Amino acid sequence: MRIAPTFNVAYRALRRNKMRSVLTALGIIIGVGAVIAMVGIGNGAKAQVESQIASLGENVILIFSGSTTSSGIRTGWGGAGTLKIEDAEAIRREVPDVISVSEEVVSTTQVAAGNQNWFTRIYGESADYFDIRQWPLADGAPFTAQDLRSANKVCVIGHTTATQIYGNENPIGQILRIKNVPFTILGVLTPKGLSPQGVDQDDIVVMPYTSAMKRVVGGTTLRNINVQIGDARQVEAAQQQIISLLRQRHNIRPGRDDDFTVRTQQEIAEAATATSRVMTVLLGAIAGVSLLVGGIGIMNIMLVSVTERTREIGVRMAVGARGNDILTQFLIEAVTLSSVGGVIGIICGIATSRILSIYANWPTLISISSIAIAFLFSAAVGVFFGFYPARKAAALDPIEALRYE
Amino acid sequence: MNNGVLVRLVDVHKVYRTGELEVPAVRGVSLEIKRGEFVALMGASGSGKSTLMNILGCLDRPSSGRYFLDNADVSGLDRDQLAEIRNRKLGFVFQSFNLLARTSARENAELPLVYSANHLSHAQLREKADRVLASVGLAGREDHFPSQLSGGQQQRVAIARALINDPEVLLADEPTGNLDSRTSIEIMAIFQQLNERGITIIMVTHETDIAAYAQRNVIMRDGLILEDRLVSQRTNAAAQLRLTPASTV
Repeated sequence: MRIAPTFNVAYRALRRNKMRSVLTALGIIIGVGAVIAMVGIGNGAKAQVESQIASLGENVILIFSGSTTSSGIRTGWGGAGTLKIEDAEAIRREVPDVISVSEEVVSTTQVAAGNQNWFTRIYGESADYFDIRQWPLADGAPFTAQDLRSANKVCVIGHTTATQIYGNENPIGQILRIKNVPFTILGVLTPKGLSPQGVDQDDIVVMPYTSAMKRVVGGTTLRNINVQIGDARQVEAAQQQIISLLRQRHNIRPGRDDDFTVRTQQEIAEAATATSRVMTVLLGAIAGVSLLVGGIGIMNIMLVSVTERTREIGVRMAVGARGNDILTQFLIEAVTLSSVGGVIGIICGIATSRILSIYANWPTLISISSIAIAFLFSAAVGVFFGFYPARKAAALDPIEALRYE
Repeated sequence: MNNGVLVRLVDVHKVYRTGELEVPAVRGVSLEIKRGEFVALMGASGSGKSTLMNILGCLDRPSSGRYFLDNADVSGLDRDQLAEIRNRKLGFVFQSFNLLARTSARENAELPLVYSANHLSHAQLREKADRVLASVGLAGREDHFPSQLSGGQQQRVAIARALINDPEVLLADEPTGNLDSRTSIEIMAIFQQLNERGITIIMVTHETDIAAYAQRNVIMRDGLILEDRLVSQRTNAAAQLRLTPASTV
């Protein structure tokens, strides 16, 4: 049996019933299109979360005061003040591969300038903070080690804070009153957007942690310490060293819980992307059901087609077609339906996710692998659901088939 | 060459089983048909002639007995082997033409070649189909669909299809059953012409005047051969056509 004429036969059989072929393929088109679009949305969301996590900085270890009580990331951040400035110094001194450390204290308060005021977050940090978070200034200059030592009344403000208070005016060199203390604005940060938790990261005032502890936040403990490691492969080792160093410094006996929490950026990313991964799987599964229904549609039409063309099958057998020839012919028909539907479905799916990206502003990401998988799956649907009708056709008795009315 | 015997049936039985009941359709038929013969297989419905035709056409296997086609025993072959025999050695013409709808005359005629072991190029297929179609008087109608052809023309396409693989035997099952009398004569003229060229023809019919175009009539009743005789007053279809003017074609 030659393959080219069989394709020709299948093509002609499909063209003979144009409307029916189109409707059958539509089942697959919708199924594949839905899978592509849904997985695209899920992956897009995941990629967005990942890029937000990456905005925390590279190879970063975060050490929080107090201990978290559940596996959730946000629980108990800086709950109990157990981290001291000396702890940060010790990490800087004793843990190898540490390239930058930023002591962090956080507060929220009302800030004012002229007749404008705004409720924002105050971050006390070291001068390394901008490097660790890979957060350059859009304008002006960061505060210096000297500012830190002297606890100078200087700060750098986020993009949102700048626009809320100064509008179009240039804030650099202006005085910002925080808890009635005048701070000189040295620079404005580049916009960073929303955090994975949906917080506006640009709604911020960053100042030397010494100034913050002295004049704004009060207290003597740090909320957390941000540590950046030079070598990605050493992050885990550094994490362990930090834990043992801090346990030793805090006199925690073996068997007792830590009074601090150490998280790597990797762990945070994994926890944050878990949700979107679940969403991707769920969306894909729901779309997969429609692909399954499309496959059943193919089976249904192929069964009708086999019944309708019983005489044709009989004639083909009478002139020498073997069971396998008939099987191949109907399988090719089914696979043609499903794979053509698959290709159109892929195009529709890509178009749908583009439209969602543009008009609904949803991030979507369509990978080559998801396209390849969708296509192979649609072809497999054709084989799977075409096989039963094709086998039924191949098993027909030529005499019965020729006599069929 | 075994005395030119092409078809030899030896004590062939065919029993159909419907549940517990065994229905004998052919009950011991022995028959020899020589190369180049034109045989009409006759009998009333239920006489077993259709069953015998199916066995001769390798569409069915005898329950017992042997069938030699061209000196080869084909009674024990499986489905696929029978399909290959049908493809290489047999050509079928049916009462209801059995052409593929919405498929051109040429492509209908080509059909057996699609399933043939020796592969021809597209151009060779086309050339061969056109030649066979021309030989049955359908030159110029190669691209017509069956729905655009008269009954007689459709049956000619079917004959072309049966002939395309140069078969040993042409099997016709009531080939004129759906045709008017004039067209029937035309088809018989083609059969006689093919037979003169040496093609062996076995034709099932229940009409005596159609059987009269054959050289030999085999008459069946109740699954047995009742009578096997040569036709003494053979009708010549070509002569008949010359006498009957083509009133309506």
